[in-house]
Amino acid sequence: MTQPPIALRLSGITKRFGSLLANDAISLALAQGEVLALLGENGAGKSTLVSILFGHYVADAGRIEVFGQPLPPGRPDAALAAGIGMVHQHFTLADNMTVLDNVMVGTEPLWRPASRRRQARARLAELGRRFGLAADPDARVGTLSVGEKQRVEILKALYRGARVLILDEPTAVLTPQESQALFATLREFVAQGLAVIFISHKLDEVMAVSQRVAVLRQGRLVAERATAGTSAAELAELMVGRKVVMPRADAAEPAAQASPVVRLAQVCVNAPRGGVPLLCGIDLTVHTHEIVAVAGVAGNGQQALVSLLTGLRQPSEGAIRLGPESAPAPSTPAGWTAAGVGRVPEDRHHEGVIGDNPVWENAIVEDLGDRRFARWGLLRARAGREHARELARRFDVRAASLDVRTRSLSGGNMQKLVLGRALAREPRLIVADQPTWGLDVGAVAYVREQLLAARARGAGILLVSEDLEEIFALADRIAVLCAGRLVAVRPVAQWTPAGVGLAMTGSAATETP
Amino acid sequence: MMRFTLERRADPSRLALLLAPLAAVAFTLLACMLLVAWAGAPVGRTYALLFEGAFGSRFALSETLTRATPLMLTGLACAVAFRARLYNIGAEGQLYLGALAAVAVGGMHGGSSFELPMPLLFAGMIAAAALAGAVLLLVPALLKTRLGVDEVVTTLLGNFVVLLFVSMMLDGPMKDPMGMGWPQSVALDGALELGKLLARTRAHTGLLWAVGLAVGLWLVQRYTVFGFQMRSVGANAQAARFLGLPVQRVTLCVAMLSGALAGLAGAIEVAGRTSYVTLDMSPGYGYAGVVVAMLAGLHPLGVLAASLFVAGMQVGADSMSRAVAVPNYIADVIVAVALLAMLVATLFAQYRLRRNP
Repeated sequence: MTQPPIALRLSGITKRFGSLLANDAISLALAQGEVLALLGENGAGKSTLVSILFGHYVADAGRIEVFGQPLPPGRPDAALAAGIGMVHQHFTLADNMTVLDNVMVGTEPLWRPASRRRQARARLAELGRRFGLAADPDARVGTLSVGEKQRVEILKALYRGARVLILDEPTAVLTPQESQALFATLREFVAQGLAVIFISHKLDEVMAVSQRVAVLRQGRLVAERATAGTSAAELAELMVGRKVVMPRADAAEPAAQASPVVRLAQVCVNAPRGGVPLLCGIDLTVHTHEIVAVAGVAGNGQQALVSLLTGLRQPSEGAIRLGPESAPAPSTPAGWTAAGVGRVPEDRHHEGVIGDNPVWENAIVEDLGDRRFARWGLLRARAGREHARELARRFDVRAASLDVRTRSLSGGNMQKLVLGRALAREPRLIVADQPTWGLDVGAVAYVREQLLAARARGAGILLVSEDLEEIFALADRIAVLCAGRLVAVRPVAQWTPAGVGLAMTGSAATETP
Repeated sequence: MMRFTLERRADPSRLALLLAPLAAVAFTLLACMLLVAWAGAPVGRTYALLFEGAFGSRFALSETLTRATPLMLTGLACAVAFRARLYNIGAEGQLYLGALAAVAVGGMHGGSSFELPMPLLFAGMIAAAALAGAVLLLVPALLKTRLGVDEVVTTLLGNFVVLLFVSMMLDGPMKDPMGMGWPQSVALDGALELGKLLARTRAHTGLLWAVGLAVGLWLVQRYTVFGFQMRSVGANAQAARFLGLPVQRVTLCVAMLSGALAGLAGAIEVAGRTSYVTLDMSPGYGYAGVVVAMLAGLHPLGVLAASLFVAGMQVGADSMSRAVAVPNYIADVIVAVALLAMLVATLFAQYRLRRNP
């Protein structure tokens, strides 16, 4: 077999941000007709590397060649002209324009009197046929699903003549079925000679789609493997630098005497300005000793559900009752905390902590009514610091000191602080919204371990997650949320990932296992 | 092409935050040398006269302290409100309404059978002024928390309404019968006036009130639950709400506190300096309070220093302009440039400039 020509060659790419070495002399080659997976934890330097490649950043050292030609640094337009196409994790599409407009925008010279829409339409249709990417050119992008929007992003790159396609965490927003469709498309690309860089930290996807894997850790390229010659376990170890065992729920564990900790009965939440209700007819009970996971594609009512169960919002209809005594739910966040509910918000930076305040203040911010930390309106800083120190020790929060601004903590440490604050009060109910989102593997394992330990102690946990692997690893029961309704609530044994994926799209309400 | 980006420092150093205002003032004085030179005056002598006029003699110092007193109070009013992200631009109006309330309590009882021991009357005067300012700011604060109305607009425009109301009162029910037709209020009862801080000068004990309040506010912000809540609401209202802090109540309490401080500035001006309310009793102390608060980095103790600087520049420029041909507007320029320089200096203390070659 002859060696396919090299599409892209990076040599010695180095980039520093202050004292942080984001990329340390990374050299990589990408052949035509191959999918190279760039694997690494958050902060390993993947995004920095592709940002340099696409001209958003300029490397401190190193050079890039595309099809043998050197690529001038710091110029996205040059990268585009050289045939590099980038599909960002957060789409760069105009919702109020049609698919065709979005694909064409920026490709025509300004002084052309009439835009050549007919040719563009034909070319788009041709690309769609060639790669199996169907898209209605006249549909408004705002009306498309997330998977369809991603297809438009890819078409946009292809329309500009991309021969090297970079996909940054493309499956983060997709259902499993949509992910499978994307993988089929990628296989089609490489069959036709395109080269693809696929960035991910999900091992199963990397194994499924790539030919080669490059593993980044702390800014360095630590390994390159042929996908066929490696295993998910080896890649995980390379990525983290040590063996990590992901904790899983033990199916035999649930205790016999389960009692309800929270019960939602026919709960609805109306949209603030009318229209389709955010949540409708929700019936859900979480018991002691169990984790109920709510699966769903982002934007199907998870936010409303979590704000109901953290006290930020009241149900428009229906009732929420807490504990075995069915007490009516309190109406404020402080009330929920006082009722023994531990809350872990999705957005730790904007909801979980007050970034400008010192670490110790964030450790006690939910307990200002507690006489240990405040008396006669005065803060008891010494007791607060003591509590924070204990929390940091128990939950492994690493901070330079308890007085640094909480903003300066890493994501993992910040999440440990938020989680520790919730768990330290030994809550009967824990509401955790995407508790491992954006964390590195070590921190993910830690958070899962803590949630399972809380369950073993008897807590009931409502886990909202978009990560099916996590849901299947932790949940006792899975509820699927679609368009504000609970499609189904069943024990985890009665679900398959594919079944959950179908239910997420609302198409499996009638399916019986 | 060289490009620069700003990166947020995760944990800006305290020293940098402390040095920022000093650097800003130093830069301002350097930059304004150009203007002085442009006006054709000798730079060294002008600056010497400026500082001598502000701090160089017992008289100069007393004038600066007199001027700084109301600035400290309006500066505190703004600093407290801004810290909780309530943008009170209405300190001017609150000051006038506070002054009016002080005179209504402490000057209108002459001839009536109404009699109170003086200490009680004094307390009543202070309370009335604080309450007037507090209630005046409570209205925009309620509009903000209930309806989401922008408080910058309502407080700013409220100033003009208050000034017209004051004008109406000065020409109507509160007009001074001895005022020979001048639009001024009846005089405050002489026994209510504040004592002198320095003999044969205008400096009065109102300064001690301002310093005491600044220290008190600093302690409140640092050591009390209310201070913690106030800082938290200002830093991140969304998180504060999620974490169970009473965001609306804190905002309303901060509004009352801020309005009360500005109202108090009015009472202390009347009791310490003017004896009656006139429409020109404040040369924009309320607006200058915004500048003072920003220069102070919203720190209550910083407000004291910033007030002395702003007052010193204004007093010094008045006396300097009599000796050299530089208009006293240079004071306004210095204060304005200092504000801009302070904003930039704070930015650099909190962000780091990175060069992308």
